[in-house]
Amino acid sequence: MIIGITLIESGVNLFLITLGYRKGSVAPIYTSSSGGIMALPVPQALTLTSIVIGVAVLALMLSLVIHIYRHYGTLDVRHVRRLRE
Amino acid sequence: MTEMSRIVRTITSIAFPFSMIFGLYIIAHGHLTPGGGFQGGAVVASACAMILVAFGSKWTLKKIKEQQLSVLESVGAICFIALAFFGLIFGIAFFNNFLVGNEFLFGVIPKGLSNINTGGVLPLMNFAVGMKVVAGLFVIVLVMAYATSEYKQNPRGGHK
Amino acid sequence: MNKRTIAAVLFFSIVCLLFVFTALIMHPFGVLDESEMDDYIIDNTQGEAGADNGVTSVVFDYRGFDTLGEATVLFTAVAGVIVIFRRLKHD
Repeated sequence: MIIGITLIESGVNLFLITLGYRKGSVAPIYTSSSGGIMALPVPQALTLTSIVIGVAVLALMLSLVIHIYRHYGTLDVRHVRRLRE
Repeated sequence: MTEMSRIVRTITSIAFPFSMIFGLYIIAHGHLTPGGGFQGGAVVASACAMILVAFGSKWTLKKIKEQQLSVLESVGAICFIALAFFGLIFGIAFFNNFLVGNEFLFGVIPKGLSNINTGGVLPLMNFAVGMKVVAGLFVIVLVMAYATSEYKQNPRGGHK
Repeated sequence: MNKRTIAAVLFFSIVCLLFVFTALIMHPFGVLDESEMDDYIIDNTQGEAGADNGVTSVVFDYRGFDTLGEATVLFTAVAGVIVIFRRLKHD
């Protein structure tokens, strides 16, 4: 389940970057640039923030998995649900 | 976790300075080339994690305590907020770029050539965020490695 | 268990239909509408922000408040990880 959440996170970040592309444009940087149209810089900045938030959530999820394994001895979902009974 | 063989330790201690200098280059030139604080901080943190994997967690914990890394991260955060408040004191509003215009300290208007004296308050903010990201990511990896290695030595039985 | 399965399949199909409908009416790849904010940022990033890199000037100068929130999230994650593993070191 953790791998699935990480995969969806990477897909959403990739989709955010492709929203700001104009046909035949270059990166929005002026250092030794070749001129011409430039792509939009704002979606790239928001994607940077999203990547860092994904890393923070992944770190907390993994530490909770380590804690569950130490308490129950197994990682099977069917044996871990003891709060419902 | 235990340490690896002698060949791995030698090659890691050769490759570690080059990775660290490359990461610091990405942090320092954040206002000219693609990169900046977060990207360069991730590269330097992965170089430090390479040292942790090759030399074992006991040896690494003798060199660096968690207390020092926590202080480093707090210093980075305080520098970032202090630069934002200086924009309120010396300038117009919060987060104002108050160093653009003077010829003395990071204030030259750029023209497309790679002049490192440009950028205003941006290079200082890059260093502050880089320190914060390096300390944060390295503390996460170090705490997880030490906690799981201690479990192998004295396991506590789990319920079934 | 049958009621839960039917409700799950119903919600899943509604969300899938919403995704397909959004993908059909989106603009084609590379052809954008008018974007005034980004044109202003590209034209004035050398005069006002004083940097050659457009993305860095957006992250730290034009939208610096988002970077402040992101630094707070990173600090909270590190504090949470240390708190979870604290009890195992004092044993």
